[in-house]
Amino acid sequence: MGTKGVKNSRRDFLKKTAIVGGGTIAASLLNPFDAVLIASEDPGDKSKVWWGYVIDIDKCIGCGRCANACKTENDVPKEPFFFRTWVEHYTINNDGDVHVESPNGGIDGFEQTLDKDDVFKTFFVPKMCNHCHKSPCVQVCQVGATYDTPDGVVLVDDKYCIGCRYCVQACPYGCRYIHPEKKVADKCTLCYHRISKGKTTACIEVCPTSARMIGNLNDEKGPLVKFLKNHNCLVLKPHLNTASKLFYNSLNAEVR
Amino acid sequence: MEEFNHLYEMLSQVQGYVYPNEVDLQWGLLIVQYPYLTGLVAGAFITASLERVFNVKALKVTYELSLLTALAFLLVATMPLISHLGHPERFYEIMITPQPQSAMAIFGFVYLWYLMVVLLLEIWFDYRRDMVLWAREAKGLKKWLYKILTLGVNDISPKTVMWDNKIGYFITVVGIPSAFLLHGYVGFIFGSVKANPWWSSVLMPVIFLFSAMVSGIALIMLVYMVVSYVRKKKPDMLALDTIAKFLFYVIILDFTLEGLDQIHRIYEAEESFEIISMLVSGKLYITLIVIQVFLGTIIPLVILGVFQFYKPKDSIRRVLYLIVSLLILVGIFFMRWNVVIGGQLFSKSFYGFTGYKTLIVGSEGLLMATVWVIVPFSILAFLIWLLPPWKKHNSTEISEAE
Amino acid sequence: MPPQLKRLLPAFIIFILLFLVLKYYLTPETFGEKGHYRYSSIAEVQNIDMKYAGMDKCNECHDDKVEELGMDVHADLSCEACHGPGLTHAENDGDYEILIPTEREFCALCHSKNISRSTRIITQINILEHNTGKKCIDCHNPHMPWELKE
Repeated sequence: MGTKGVKNSRRDFLKKTAIVGGGTIAASLLNPFDAVLIASEDPGDKSKVWWGYVIDIDKCIGCGRCANACKTENDVPKEPFFFRTWVEHYTINNDGDVHVESPNGGIDGFEQTLDKDDVFKTFFVPKMCNHCHKSPCVQVCQVGATYDTPDGVVLVDDKYCIGCRYCVQACPYGCRYIHPEKKVADKCTLCYHRISKGKTTACIEVCPTSARMIGNLNDEKGPLVKFLKNHNCLVLKPHLNTASKLFYNSLNAEVR
Repeated sequence: MEEFNHLYEMLSQVQGYVYPNEVDLQWGLLIVQYPYLTGLVAGAFITASLERVFNVKALKVTYELSLLTALAFLLVATMPLISHLGHPERFYEIMITPQPQSAMAIFGFVYLWYLMVVLLLEIWFDYRRDMVLWAREAKGLKKWLYKILTLGVNDISPKTVMWDNKIGYFITVVGIPSAFLLHGYVGFIFGSVKANPWWSSVLMPVIFLFSAMVSGIALIMLVYMVVSYVRKKKPDMLALDTIAKFLFYVIILDFTLEGLDQIHRIYEAEESFEIISMLVSGKLYITLIVIQVFLGTIIPLVILGVFQFYKPKDSIRRVLYLIVSLLILVGIFFMRWNVVIGGQLFSKSFYGFTGYKTLIVGSEGLLMATVWVIVPFSILAFLIWLLPPWKKHNSTEISEAE
Repeated sequence: MPPQLKRLLPAFIIFILLFLVLKYYLTPETFGEKGHYRYSSIAEVQNIDMKYAGMDKCNECHDDKVEELGMDVHADLSCEACHGPGLTHAENDGDYEILIPTEREFCALCHSKNISRSTRIITQINILEHNTGKKCIDCHNPHMPWELKE
């Protein structure tokens, strides 16, 4: 959340200069540091919603209902190569070897054959789009077919996407795939069609242990910010500086 | 179900753990081809510039040939890119609403600049006088083609021809940084993907540029020998030796840069180091160590290096030049392969590998890729037929004719 | 000016003008209204049909079951976690059947013994040993699993 200090006036000035200078291409040259902050409105405007998401790894039991419900709600192809959300099963044995698996994204459940004494640590990690504020995927899109909405959700315009797959390459978290029928990039929309109507996301709706939470990061008294205040939450791959808005409680260093 | 058979096969080949969405490798053979073809263009153009800007007289015989080769490949360079798109019919969006922060969006403009402002103009200025003369001599369709191509500028007075030379020279000078831009830029497309440690390197544009020059020079060497053979003429050995000399120096530079990149990786040994060293010694062993480094770099380097000190008979040199240019062309192709495919074989979780198998049919298959190899050579054959470099009138002839 | 440029310059100008005209006509309507994207695509995503109704909707008809569920350990559970998407069912007065899973494997997705699961979070049983051959719901009322039947 350390990305809120974007100076409004400076950006506006640059935008105007760019228009005068004959196109926004100039903007990225004039201010290369602005290159990663695209489209989204200033999240510092506290009166507006800015969506964030929390996953509590301690609570996840790996039932895979989230991955299943997501595929149903969003018409994601059923084959095991297309997921908007999936659950990973980590097993770290006493020698420090890390074993990760996610058969069919966890939809069919997991088996743990090892005994407690053979295992150093084992847990489940649900994965999904991080809805980064400085999204590498939005940055690389050639035509503006993927973007950050004013309330901080990264969406894909399936009528405009040309299917070049650069965004799939740019996403460090493997959250994008090419929809086999639509031939465009596809990913988690944070159930934008639901949250805009006051409902919660499909994955949160079906989660039996409330391991998943969505909320407004601008609402300082809201449950999400409170949770972040009271728990040691981390984001995935922080060194890549994507300003991820998906926070994990009890995240282990082995998780990548 | 059948359309996913390929993916189920890949799933069965996954080693370790990859994110589920990573089983489907996104950029295949055609995206290997795209930087390869673009690189040949940039390299061929730089070979041409050697003669004109740096005044390497020995390369006069290959000047026009280099330009025509560059044009033939440039016309096709974007085709693999377009044909691999999920929606090729939406391609125009790249030009209409380019997203300024995307490393790829400006490619359309860089490409157009290079095609329209550099290559076409340079060739036009170089050939205008000849086209005017040929239009007088030729008959039928060819006559009309020349007439159209001159754009109606039929003035071949010495003063106007002097302008052809002056402006042509100016364009070549502008063209060199443009060629650098074109291919350095292609390298940046990969080098700027921070999610992928195999790609993300500040050296990537420079490496792409120098490997482009290596492949382009080798291509000119090959095309010149083949064209001479078809014309039943002996290739000019001085020209071949000069090309080989430049090739030798550029390979050294290229090899040094790539070596530096790898040494830097090994010494820094970041988080991704283990998976990348497994990649290089495993899935990429044949294509990287054997083909790219040994066959495509070290062997040509040794042969060309020996020639700098000791020159065997012409016939032996010709055969070896042929072998060297082919080896280099294959080596650089696999350099692109190792970057593009190699970068997608390991998971971004660094916990495993997926597989890649070239499909035969389909918009990303081997057949499609073959088409985009045959087409540029066909275009080149047409261009050579239309604008044969060896039939150009030299300026003394003109002044006598006038 | 040399005659070549007299011909080329206008050609380039026409080319650029043509490009600008094309750009004007081909740019989609709401493009660039808020950022470098088609603004109307936000509304298009918002208007996608939902499939999961949410607990409030279930409660409109099945308040008895929701109340039962809310009494103890399954209180956090949403109806649709087990019964699948129910919006079509709810909007068509129950005409469209919802899922009623009865297999042991379904309950096992959450309740099978797995050392990766915290025992504080979920009750776990060894389904390979526990009353094999019987369905879970033969003994347990799924809406009030803490009460055994018979």
